[in-house]
Amino acid sequence: MMKAPLPPGAVCYNLGHISRIPRGEGRTYRLRDRLVAVFRSRSEELFATQADCPHRGGPLADGIIGDGTVICPLHAFKFNLRTGTPLGNSCPSLRTYPVRLDADGNILITVDD
Amino acid sequence: MTRKQRLVVIGNGMGGARLVEEIVSRPGGEHYEITVLGAEPYGNYNRILLSGVLAGTYCPEQIFLHPLAWYEQHDVRLCAGQAATRLDWQSHRVQIADGSWEPYDRLVIATGSSPCLPLLLNLVREDGQLIEGAFTFRTLDDCQAILAHSSHARRAAIIGGGLLGLEAASGLVKRGLEVHLIHRAPHLLNLQLDAAGSAVLARLVSEQGVQLHLSKETVAVLGEDRLYGLRFSDGSELACDLCIIATGTRPNTDLARAAGLAVRRGIVIDDDLACSVPDVFALGECAEHRGQTYGLVAPVWEQARILAERLTDSASQKQYTGSAISTRLKVSGLDLTVMGDKEPASSTDEVVTYAEPTRGIYKKLIVREGRLQGAILLGDLPGSMPAARLVQLFLRGDPLPTNRAELLFPCHAGSKQALSVAELPDDAQICNCNGVSKGAILAAVRAGKRSLQALCEATRAATGCGSCKSQVQELLVLACEGEVAEDPAVHYYVPAIPLTKPELVRVIKERKLRSVSAVFQALADGREDPTSKAGLASLLKTIWGKDYQDERDARFINDRVHANIQKDGTFSVVPRIYGGVTTPEQLRRIADVAEKYRVPLVKITGGQRIDLVGVRKEQLPAIWKDLGMPSGHAYTKAFRTCKTCLGSDFCRYGLGDSTALGIKIERRYQGIEMPHKVKLATAGCPRNCSEATTKDLGAVAIEGGRWEIYVGGAAGSRVRKGDLLCTVATHEEVLLYMGRFMQYYRENAKYQERSYDFVERVGIEHLRRVLVEDAEGICERLDREIQAAVDAYVDPWQREAEQPVTPTQFSQALEAVPVPLGASE
Repeated sequence: MMKAPLPPGAVCYNLGHISRIPRGEGRTYRLRDRLVAVFRSRSEELFATQADCPHRGGPLADGIIGDGTVICPLHAFKFNLRTGTPLGNSCPSLRTYPVRLDADGNILITVDD
Repeated sequence: MTRKQRLVVIGNGMGGARLVEEIVSRPGGEHYEITVLGAEPYGNYNRILLSGVLAGTYCPEQIFLHPLAWYEQHDVRLCAGQAATRLDWQSHRVQIADGSWEPYDRLVIATGSSPCLPLLLNLVREDGQLIEGAFTFRTLDDCQAILAHSSHARRAAIIGGGLLGLEAASGLVKRGLEVHLIHRAPHLLNLQLDAAGSAVLARLVSEQGVQLHLSKETVAVLGEDRLYGLRFSDGSELACDLCIIATGTRPNTDLARAAGLAVRRGIVIDDDLACSVPDVFALGECAEHRGQTYGLVAPVWEQARILAERLTDSASQKQYTGSAISTRLKVSGLDLTVMGDKEPASSTDEVVTYAEPTRGIYKKLIVREGRLQGAILLGDLPGSMPAARLVQLFLRGDPLPTNRAELLFPCHAGSKQALSVAELPDDAQICNCNGVSKGAILAAVRAGKRSLQALCEATRAATGCGSCKSQVQELLVLACEGEVAEDPAVHYYVPAIPLTKPELVRVIKERKLRSVSAVFQALADGREDPTSKAGLASLLKTIWGKDYQDERDARFINDRVHANIQKDGTFSVVPRIYGGVTTPEQLRRIADVAEKYRVPLVKITGGQRIDLVGVRKEQLPAIWKDLGMPSGHAYTKAFRTCKTCLGSDFCRYGLGDSTALGIKIERRYQGIEMPHKVKLATAGCPRNCSEATTKDLGAVAIEGGRWEIYVGGAAGSRVRKGDLLCTVATHEEVLLYMGRFMQYYRENAKYQERSYDFVERVGIEHLRRVLVEDAEGICERLDREIQAAVDAYVDPWQREAEQPVTPTQFSQALEAVPVPLGASE
């Protein structure tokens, strides 16, 4: 199947098989120039955001997720996973990244270079 | 359709943000396209409550009034972290820090004020920053910097004995620091109080633990890289490692002055809040009206209301004519309200005073032509007229009763109620910050706001400094005639499921819900509220024991990897050392591990354990294997440790073998899940070296070979001596009663309710009846259930070191590979 070409400057990464993230949890991935957090909800939705909490740099992938939100493990700041919007706090929004599965169940993420 | 008017507001503090809020909520507000330039990188927060953050009564996140999302919802463009640098009023535009220009049709300057730094030698470094260890106290960043520094500071000096200085001093005393307050004038709060009132206040403040240095002028800061003390004009010095400058504020007028606006002390505004050039307005602490600048929130918010009305309604003739000022000190344990003049202006002014310095009471009224011209009200005389009533008499200029004593004292026996908030007239102002009257609060209750939170949200009462909250609560009770709808959510076990703990337990058992996701499916329409997950996991484990269906995603990270997460994302490892009694062989192994894995910090904990701090997640399994010791559970809501003293084998005072008892307790109850962490101690004699009376559970040996069992002690953010549950003769009985208490606590406490809150809530008498006298006939069952929990215990470290639950359980970060262009599918 032909894919629309990536926008200029964008890079796609293969994060390996989805099974590396247990259902309902997140994992941090190291890309060439940055860390991202990828989450797999119990209902099999995928989300990708910046890895560190804008508040104090907490590892968001270690947070508890549910209902499309993540709670940072350090100080319980909460964010919407789909939009990155802060919930009940005044941090800047999280960066979010488009993420999907390929036919073999590998996670593909697109980031601007 | 006409183009929207561009309104630019410079400043996102108490004044600017309130103005925007008033405008968007009014008809006419939709005609504006609003841009807010805020120098601080946040949404808007309640600056008055910063002293509460310093004292630990509020978390920083609790004081936000508007998160960034609020601005989005109301179509307000907020440029947070973007200060305005230049105003060009001739061409109606403002320049921003990044160099761009922002055009406006109307401009409001609400730049507030800045701390006024005293000229102290060595206070300011060459780079313009304050020397390390010295702080101003104006912004949330200031506050957080002070807090970060205070955690390793011991002695704080506050320079300035005004409202802010007193609040800062009180906050740091609560944080456990030794606090010195240095004030240049001979008495505290000299702007608000007369000498006699100030003396009474000084006494109260000293009793709270603040050491006062009055008539003391600071001249220099000592220290090169960081501050280590202060020097005074009399040549004396004070050693300190934290210093807060609270010597007043100065209106921020630079922008206006540079643009050529009329500026005296503040930016000059007229009764219509307009500045001296067209289409520019100012309000708040940066503004000067009729020669007066204001530093309190009530006048600022009054200005915001009036300006909002004028901006949204072109027909409005509303004028600002100045504010009569009353203020209340927000220092806990002190009840101080001041208003108007503090001294008589002429010999015809009456002065009514009553003082009882030893009880901390000082009342002074200045009466002019039969009306209240000023007052100082310090301390509480039971049954006397509430301060709120006097504030109202003052603000409205109402005639006073001829018998002035009625203003200060209860007049007749039985008239006590007549003076309570219930008897205030409807137009009496309850919330002075937001100008909310008693009538408005009662109307909101009648309109269905029957919980304190709903009522405060609807009326805004008590959302400023919060000091009127108890009066709002009183009015709520009054207006509901006893039918206060307490916010039912406070009784829910977890937020997502509207059931109390007993109700939830019953439903879970009836419907055999054994996993967190099953509970969400059955009781919350499948919505997995993340804030409810860990609480449910804890409860299900307690209910089902080994039949619980564990779902790792419901656990907090600490419980997924059995270690305590640190601020940099690393973890700490605390192996179990039963009773704090170790061996050379164990110590050698711990030392070897610390060296082999280059553990950054090895620390003896308060619970007599050894903490390996700064361990990366992927190192955990190998460290556990090398240690060959069980988990110390220093990361979870469970039985943590049992600290012991030396006991009777070696100690020459020991009455009972506290070490052997502590080891037995810990071997039996290690790692059992609880609603919150549980820390224990055993003491071999009443000298209590292991501090057993301030633990969740403690046993103290007394003369006669007996053990006292204490429950609900605390020595953390609050200190509480535990209550004596019972006195027993043997180690076995100590184990029995402790286990019984733990099981009762497991079953009945709310999630994250510490034992000391639980014991206070249910009462020690109740616990003695149920757990010692077996009044409910449940002791045998409790003993059986805790035994089952003991039997079900498995050390997670040795199990998961061998066999991780998932392949990536201990991965700190996984690698990714770039996909070549065009090959992504």
